[in-house]
Amino acid sequence: MLANLRQLFRYRGLIQTLVARELKARYRGSVLGYFWSFINPLLLLLVYSFVFSYVMPRGEALATEPYAVFLFCGLLPWTWFSSSLSDGANVLIINGNLIKKVMFPAEILPVVAVISNMVHFLLGLPILLAFLLYYSLSLHLSELVWFPFVLAVQFILTLGLVMVLAALTVHFRDIKDLLSNILTLWFFATPILYPMSFLSPRAKFYMDYFNPFAHLAISYQEILFYPGPFGHWKWLLALAVAGVAFFVLGYWLFDRLRDSFAEEV
Amino acid sequence: MAAIEIDHVTKMYRRHGHSRRYATLKSALLTGSLAKDLRPEESFRALNDVSVTIRKGVTYGVIGRNGSGKSTLLKLVAGITKPTTGAVRVDGRVSALIELGAGFHPEISGRENVFINGIMLGLSRREIAGRFDEIVEFAEMEEFIDAPVKTYSSGMYMRLGFAVAINVDPDILLVDEVLAVGDEGFSLKCLDKFAEFKRRGKTILLVTHGLSMVERFCDEALWIESGEKRIVGDPKRVVQTYLSDVERAEDLLLAAQDAKAQQTPVSAPPEPVVTEPVEPAPESDAVAEPGPVSEVEAEPETDAADDDAQPDNMFVAKEGRWGSGGVRIDQVTLEGDHGPAHVFHTGERMTIRMQVSAPIEVDDFAFGISIFSTDGVCCYGTNTHIEEMISESLEGNATVSFVIDRLDLVGGTYKLDVAAHKRDGFSYDYHRLLYTFRVKSRTKDVGIYRPRHGWSFSDNVRFKPDTDDSAPAGSVSVPAVDPAPAMTAPSPPTAEDAPTE
Repeated sequence: MLANLRQLFRYRGLIQTLVARELKARYRGSVLGYFWSFINPLLLLLVYSFVFSYVMPRGEALATEPYAVFLFCGLLPWTWFSSSLSDGANVLIINGNLIKKVMFPAEILPVVAVISNMVHFLLGLPILLAFLLYYSLSLHLSELVWFPFVLAVQFILTLGLVMVLAALTVHFRDIKDLLSNILTLWFFATPILYPMSFLSPRAKFYMDYFNPFAHLAISYQEILFYPGPFGHWKWLLALAVAGVAFFVLGYWLFDRLRDSFAEEV
Repeated sequence: MAAIEIDHVTKMYRRHGHSRRYATLKSALLTGSLAKDLRPEESFRALNDVSVTIRKGVTYGVIGRNGSGKSTLLKLVAGITKPTTGAVRVDGRVSALIELGAGFHPEISGRENVFINGIMLGLSRREIAGRFDEIVEFAEMEEFIDAPVKTYSSGMYMRLGFAVAINVDPDILLVDEVLAVGDEGFSLKCLDKFAEFKRRGKTILLVTHGLSMVERFCDEALWIESGEKRIVGDPKRVVQTYLSDVERAEDLLLAAQDAKAQQTPVSAPPEPVVTEPVEPAPESDAVAEPGPVSEVEAEPETDAADDDAQPDNMFVAKEGRWGSGGVRIDQVTLEGDHGPAHVFHTGERMTIRMQVSAPIEVDDFAFGISIFSTDGVCCYGTNTHIEEMISESLEGNATVSFVIDRLDLVGGTYKLDVAAHKRDGFSYDYHRLLYTFRVKSRTKDVGIYRPRHGWSFSDNVRFKPDTDDSAPAGSVSVPAVDPAPAMTAPSPPTAEDAPTE
């Protein structure tokens, strides 16, 4: 396991190159190019704001004003998470040529999928920042120091999940189709469109114990959106431990199935 | 010192089935072992207990039929797949020319792809930058290197992939049938590059169907057949053994075809008047004579009408059999130097042996043969009548042999007519193109007929001494259409036939 991690570190040059290739290739041939990394989340935000401000306006009592900013705090990390998962599930199959024909460390591919989506997330952050400043929401340094930690927890958790999905999808292609539906459900079951306080205690219970992403979304919202001290840190630490454990498990599974990739892809 | 050591390696592949998918998912998750849980009928043994040691600096050729496990062997050495049992040890940096340009991304430029591909193959960015010009020059891609790879032709794609892979500067080079890359000129360049590798003492493992390449390049060769090691050793000997095995298989195939052909077409229908002439009519009276090749017992007395059934143009090749049956050709065998055969070598003796029978004594008969090439050209035809042999009598079973001392045909597939007929051409039994034989030749001369020949020159014409055929591909010292002196050398009396000046 440790040796594997060290190897992963040794391949950082290759990971870096492949992430760069992914980013370059994604917008190659489009007029706006990299701007899509900014525009995409912005458009997504516009759609949701339009729907929930005009088509289905919410009650006034919700502590989510300004709604666009609240929404953005959860939506941006969710996009990173969900597209990592859907890209990651496919990544071994799409790059089957590499696995079948070249000596290629397969675990690099899920890592690349997560990192390149993270880059899109990071590119979206300035827009979020602009919104925060526009609505003159105060950011506190004591809260902001948690931000990199939340990022790290999300990274390790996502990577663990992607490892499992990538390895299993090679053998069971059904996962691909199943996943897109599960992600839709997951999105609505996470406090992104609505605040946590909106939920019944029973729903809150399920959210706490069965939806790891809920804690990430809440953390982002508390750090960036809500004033006051960051109160969710206990949950976040617990999630960090669980995330690392899950990553180890995911990597172990990936490693066990590794030899079958070249034959099944 | 071994560069590659393959130690009792067995490789199983799974057969794809859906029924056990769920069960395998479960066991994969619980125990992590996929191969162990497979029942034998669900796996396929691509390699079976193969052990090979390849010493450093050796160029090693692997030959075998399609699906014999050659590529699996290469993938194991490359580390792409792991052996099911046994071990593979490799000492040194490996570069595998298995799939050229695997991992090229179509949307980005050739330049960027060279860098990415190089990094994938284990080079550092600086190393690639240092070799970049060399790579591009080798691939002959100077003009297009900044265009996206999706705009490349497949030849360009392969060339660039090859150039990157070969410039990794490996200690061990694995090559899987990639010399079909690009045009003649590029192939020669690749061969030169291999020769250079060889000179520098690198190990090359070559999987190929190009047997001449194995003979020319390799120091050692291995023939594997359905996953098992057949023989290892001197490339010439291995290739020869392999070739004679291939010929044996071809022979069997042709024999089977012949047997089928002889069964099928009989133009003159047997007693129950069947209208369709090409029908084998197995249910009619074919049972009457339980020969190995089911023959039609009694062919009815034919009259002029049947004679008309003969093809009007004998050069329109159409398989078939017709005749009155007054004399019947029961069996035709082709024999070479070592007994019955369907594959011959140019210059070998060939005997066409016919078992004939005449139920009633006949005095007017002639036997004939002709040989056709596959495109229908009559290469040679004769009969006893043309050769002014006057028939006297034939009754009962008899043997007719036609002996060709030297089958001086160029390499290719040929078909054979044999016939028994009256002197005026009325057919007793005509077998049209029912027999196939193949002529093998190591010389790639062209045409139909190879006269026995030799070359002679005045003193001021000189050729390099015959260094066997181990000369590197690049140095073409003899004219391209040279009918390989080695072939004619062992027959001294050629001087008579040769058009000397």
